[in-house]
Amino acid sequence: MKKTLYDKLWDEHHIHTYENGYSLLYIDKHLIHEVTSPQAFEGLKQANRSIWRKQSIMAVPDHNVPTTMRENGISDPISKIQVDTLNKNCKDNNLLKFDLEDIRQGIVHVVGPEQGILLPGMTVVCGDSHTSTHGALSALAFGIGTSEVEHVLATQCLLQKKSLNMNINVIGKMPNYFYSKDLALLIISRIGTAGGTGYAIEYTGNAISNLSMEARMTLCNMTIEAGATTGLVAVDVKTVNYIANKPFSPKGDNFVKAKIYWKNLVSDKGVGYDQKIDIDISKSSPMVTWGTSPEMAVAVDEQLPDLSDEKFKSKKQDLLNAFSYMGLKEKQNINSIKLDKIFIGSCTNSRIEDLRIVADIVKNKKIARNIKSAIIVPGSGLVKEKAESEGLDKIFMKSGFEWRSPGCSMCLGMNDDKLSEYERCASTSNRNFEGRQGRLGRTHLVSPATAAAAAIYGHLIDVREII
Amino acid sequence: MKKFKTIRSVLAYIDRKNIDTDAIIPKQYLKAVTKEGYGETLFDDWRYLEPGKLGDNHDLRKKNPEFFLYNPKYKTAKILVTGENFGCGSSREHAVWALMDYGFDAVIAPSFADIFYNNCFKNGLLPIILKDNGIKKIVDDIKIRNAVYFIDLENQIVSCDNFEITFEIDQRRKKVLIEGLDDISETLKLSDKIKNYEKEKATITPWMFND
Ligand code: SF4
Repeated sequence: MKKTLYDKLWDEHHIHTYENGYSLLYIDKHLIHEVTSPQAFEGLKQANRSIWRKQSIMAVPDHNVPTTMRENGISDPISKIQVDTLNKNCKDNNLLKFDLEDIRQGIVHVVGPEQGILLPGMTVVCGDSHTSTHGALSALAFGIGTSEVEHVLATQCLLQKKSLNMNINVIGKMPNYFYSKDLALLIISRIGTAGGTGYAIEYTGNAISNLSMEARMTLCNMTIEAGATTGLVAVDVKTVNYIANKPFSPKGDNFVKAKIYWKNLVSDKGVGYDQKIDIDISKSSPMVTWGTSPEMAVAVDEQLPDLSDEKFKSKKQDLLNAFSYMGLKEKQNINSIKLDKIFIGSCTNSRIEDLRIVADIVKNKKIARNIKSAIIVPGSGLVKEKAESEGLDKIFMKSGFEWRSPGCSMCLGMNDDKLSEYERCASTSNRNFEGRQGRLGRTHLVSPATAAAAAIYGHLIDVREII
Repeated sequence: MKKFKTIRSVLAYIDRKNIDTDAIIPKQYLKAVTKEGYGETLFDDWRYLEPGKLGDNHDLRKKNPEFFLYNPKYKTAKILVTGENFGCGSSREHAVWALMDYGFDAVIAPSFADIFYNNCFKNGLLPIILKDNGIKKIVDDIKIRNAVYFIDLENQIVSCDNFEITFEIDQRRKKVLIEGLDDISETLKLSDKIKNYEKEKATITPWMFND
């Protein structure tokens, strides 16, 4: 029988079948951060259980860490307890962890691939929904809750029901200044935030093959915003080259063997999917969200929705709520949306490529006067180091950006980086929910290029206009 | 986990789709390292007129009188009725802990986000999927009166004095709730199988087992 990539990954890790289609799935890699793990370690301790396979774990504090004045440690005592708890749990159990002072520290979904800890063909979980990121490496990766974190710690397995297969086939040449972030927002605006619920999405097509590994990570990262816990891209030469020579990736003979194994991590030719969507992006424009759900997105050269349009009938109340929360009006022009803050970072867009794109646009320009703060938060210490070696930090700071230390930062505002009430932000993160970046804060999700252009102009703008 | 019993309660209703986990429990409360005490900050941004943080005395905060759960009708509700795609967004299990700590034992919606749905069963919160006519009947009923509803998980029935509706649920998940099973103990019964799997894989894909 022909199999999809998802079917293959599933079958390779399937240990046992229960009644009603439940399976026990083996988990190869377990990523851990400070927010969703303390209760899991506590549960384990209370039940007097031990960790099944310590070597499968990589831990890093990221959600709750300061992005300035690192040398002073964490000043918020409550955040400190959480990070200290992670430290203690890792120390007590002898787990691999990158400390705040370690140059390898950063956002868990940036650090894992960067270190070569996550490989094609693996099952990867983390108590974090954006674990879908790692599908870019052809790993079956998905987010889990804290009880499941405990379950994986104790058994190296998870009870799972298999998802259906969805294929999103993307063809066409990527237009200039249209990035995989724009593609993700385009897809979500079409299928909705629940469009992928119950599915594993595999991205195929020449537009996907042409994406860099980092751009694929951005796309798979945003897959959860379409409701699918897993997004996948098949292995190709780019995947193999990306993994070669990473600190933890297989070496020598093992690498040769792995390469042969990885070759099979593609869907069989002619395999059927439960659902198929075709998208031609050759004429697409950069995207921006205007509302309080990632599906409330429009192309930069469009206006905000006109609610008298028949197609919004069933959603009218939700859209009205969103307009009111965001302080915007129907049919408003994108250019008329003035901003207060700019955030470039998060597990979606904080890799070196993202930073290079920003630097390219802001070089020799100044951020607009109405922008109260524009921060750039690299995804990891190593991304930071690389950016600095290329002189990007100088470009940013000259333009008026703040250059920070790695962490989740204003993506969710658990540390000091957040929006104040009614402040409006162009953000390269992944969620624009009410209060996501701070109570009553207003978030517009965009690509790094669009965020950079918006910083220079002080309002949302079509980046193609300024080039 | 404690065994799931039947529920008898009035309903609380919020007419909203895509309620995300950030709305159910905002991030500042995720700094806690325990599973208790999240009920007071359930739907925090909607519920209070001023920002709060972990450790605050929430009784002293200014409440939003329009917040739906302050409707006297809903005061004793153990069942929440809501719009589609409930629990979307982050994987935080704190959302389930908050709903339960507040006093909810079941949530009825046309659909749920996957991770949230999963998390419910790990804690004994019953998510009931009712589509089209099923949910419509209930919502129409809530709009005109404040009836007591009965949820019988064993027989998969939601009922009130006027009508009853059956719901679908996966049989394994039902069993887990009714018997209060601990998934980890169940899995550990298969320890030998897991070990054999590891042994076999370590020869086929040794680079994944460079422990
Ligand atoms: S950057 Fe944002 S979305 Fe990514 S892991 Fe951190 S908080 Fe979650």
